[in-house]
Amino acid sequence: MKRVTLLRILVILGAIGLLEGLIHAGIVPRFTIIPPSEMASALAAILASGKLKVDIAVTLTNVAVAIVASMAAGVTIGTVLQRAAALRRILDPLFATYYAIPMYAFYPLLIVVFGLGDVPQICIGFLLAVMAVIINTLNGLDRVPRVLLKAARMHRMSALRTALRIRLPYAAPYIFTGFKLAVAYSFIGVIGAEFITSSRGIGYEISFAYNNFDNRLMYGLILFVLALVLTVNMSLHAWEKRLMMRRQR
Amino acid sequence: MSPVGGDAPVHVTLRGITRVYPAQAAQPPVHALGPIDLDLRQGEFFAVVGPSGCGKSTLLDVIAGLAVASAGDARFEGQAIDGSVPDGIGVVFQEDSSFPWLTVHDNIAFGLRELGRPADVVQAKVKYALDFMGLADFAQAYPAQLSGGMRQRVCIARTLVLEPRLILLDEPFGALDQQTRLLMGDELLRLWRETGATILLITHALDEATMLADRVGVMSARPGRFLEIVTTGWPRERDSTIVADPRFGGLTSRIWTLLRGESLRALGHTGVRR
Amino acid sequence: MKARDTLILVAVVLVAWQLLYWAVGSIAFRSPAETVRSAAVLLADPRFMPHVRESMLAFAEAFAIAVLIGLSIGVTLGASRLASEVAEPILVALYSIPKVTLYPVILLVFGIGMPAKVAFGAIHGIVPISIFALNAIRNINPVYLRTGQVLRLSPWAAARKILIPAALPEIVTGIRAGFCLTLIGTLLGEMFGAQRGLGHLLMQAMTRHNMDSIMALTLLLVVFAATVNGLLLALDHRLHRRV
Repeated sequence: MKRVTLLRILVILGAIGLLEGLIHAGIVPRFTIIPPSEMASALAAILASGKLKVDIAVTLTNVAVAIVASMAAGVTIGTVLQRAAALRRILDPLFATYYAIPMYAFYPLLIVVFGLGDVPQICIGFLLAVMAVIINTLNGLDRVPRVLLKAARMHRMSALRTALRIRLPYAAPYIFTGFKLAVAYSFIGVIGAEFITSSRGIGYEISFAYNNFDNRLMYGLILFVLALVLTVNMSLHAWEKRLMMRRQR
Repeated sequence: MSPVGGDAPVHVTLRGITRVYPAQAAQPPVHALGPIDLDLRQGEFFAVVGPSGCGKSTLLDVIAGLAVASAGDARFEGQAIDGSVPDGIGVVFQEDSSFPWLTVHDNIAFGLRELGRPADVVQAKVKYALDFMGLADFAQAYPAQLSGGMRQRVCIARTLVLEPRLILLDEPFGALDQQTRLLMGDELLRLWRETGATILLITHALDEATMLADRVGVMSARPGRFLEIVTTGWPRERDSTIVADPRFGGLTSRIWTLLRGESLRALGHTGVRR
Repeated sequence: MKARDTLILVAVVLVAWQLLYWAVGSIAFRSPAETVRSAAVLLADPRFMPHVRESMLAFAEAFAIAVLIGLSIGVTLGASRLASEVAEPILVALYSIPKVTLYPVILLVFGIGMPAKVAFGAIHGIVPISIFALNAIRNINPVYLRTGQVLRLSPWAAARKILIPAALPEIVTGIRAGFCLTLIGTLLGEMFGAQRGLGHLLMQAMTRHNMDSIMALTLLLVVFAATVNGLLLALDHRLHRRV
């Protein structure tokens, strides 16, 4: 293993160990934070009991739907906008301002419009994720070297084939960056929305546990979310690195 | 002994080719090229040299159908070239145009697969091109793992498999170091002899033009016109050792004499900015 | 040209909004005109301003803390190659976690009220600011630093004349990202653990199904965020053009 990776793991383990120590030493009170070891055993108990299986499934499904929808919409919109310069210029300020808009502020609206089902949570995840995909798709397509487009004309390819066989493959690493962000934003959006108001899902269960002073359940679930998101994030990072190895000049 | 007899059929005809860039905002129109008259004979190796900005790449783009002339008539095998790349023409660009997401093998197979050729045909032709260009050991490598010279070989092989009857090369070795350029020149001569294709090479290296071509077209500063077309008279069987030929120095210095004044003019036009 | 494009964009958004209103109907939605009217009513209400002040105060504190801590972390780690390589993926991973799940922890630590809101806002802003600052420092072209050595600048002069100007554009980009996220974090904090502030009002309107308030508050928040972001963006562009 590389030295940097090793150091990184040591830093993370050190932080966890420090927290554990501070709590056992009584410097951080136990009713505020339970030690990481207890969080882990709480999580194990939750998973073994299987009583939150439905909530976990609901959250993961909603996150997946948000990711797929934002990728499909984002890549399509990005591809179209890249060819429609006038429209893109007009929308540009919206792109630049997009992430300044407090998306959760729309959540009440979405609930009123779509009811208390899964749709409002998916919408928040989608709204957060889609712009990252659009922006990164545009960024990648903007960088396609002119010489590759000349090569496409030499092969007498139609505009559609050029998009599918030259432009999008070239932009793939940038779109992958968009995908990584879409995954993160979908988790943030869906779980955040569940937390605000919803009747099921991991976010809801955490908020429920907090309101019932059930610290073990709450910290077990928080650990679950953190571990899940970090694992997904790190695997995507590793995958991206492998893909980029071939492309780096 | 002359490689291309006057009796070889005419392959490319250019008559009065002119390119003028229309006026932009506060700028007057720019007369970039021409008028150019030229006949390329079948199987000929023709090189174009000229000062930077003289429109030699524009000339290539017009023949390739990648740009449209403002005036004049361009024909390939008797057919007018009208802004799309005619069948039978292959182009190699100065910039690396290998596709970074494909292996060397798949890069070379790209054009054949676009044409929907059956898999076994693709296999056979790609294998031939890999061997011919000395890329067989790198078939599964990605372009990023190769040197600049090897990447340019991939681009040439990608063009070669389509069996073009006319190959246009736009400063293909411009980004390579001197030794690699000489070796690539030998490769190009071999390819030319074995395929029998007509070659038009744009270059800024005088020795490269003199060494490779049957005829060298020397262009003026913008708007580019042919000042003179120099016939080298080399045998068809030749390689880079020809630079030791006593006539080589004479030919090169003759071309440089023609070009020197033009290059100075070009510098005065477009060179050092305030 | 730019002003005209912005006007077209605003017009497009208003038309889309109005069309959506006609499609969705008045039970769950309000038209642009109605929303502007309720926003005006809200702004004229003397009970409204204390909430704005409360939110602004919480946000200002959170933002100041985020900038201070974020820059300290970013600059310190960015100065060392090894430290930045070790830390960057950790910071990026932290950025990707749904911070809302940490909110109960913040509440347990700080209790309900101002400090919790400020802390929650700040943790949203710290990470992006530190990531951008880290990269800004790490990616400074080494030729600049060598030039400083050749000119025999003192470390302080090198920092002032070379390091800061070279890194500033990226740092400002990070601060802009941090601004937006801190604002969102602060509002989110107010939605659960607060008795005052705009986030609290929004949550209240939501539980009471008060559509007029929901729409008016959303509009005011979006306009505020967009305006400040626009100003920061202009500064950002100015700095990036210079380099």
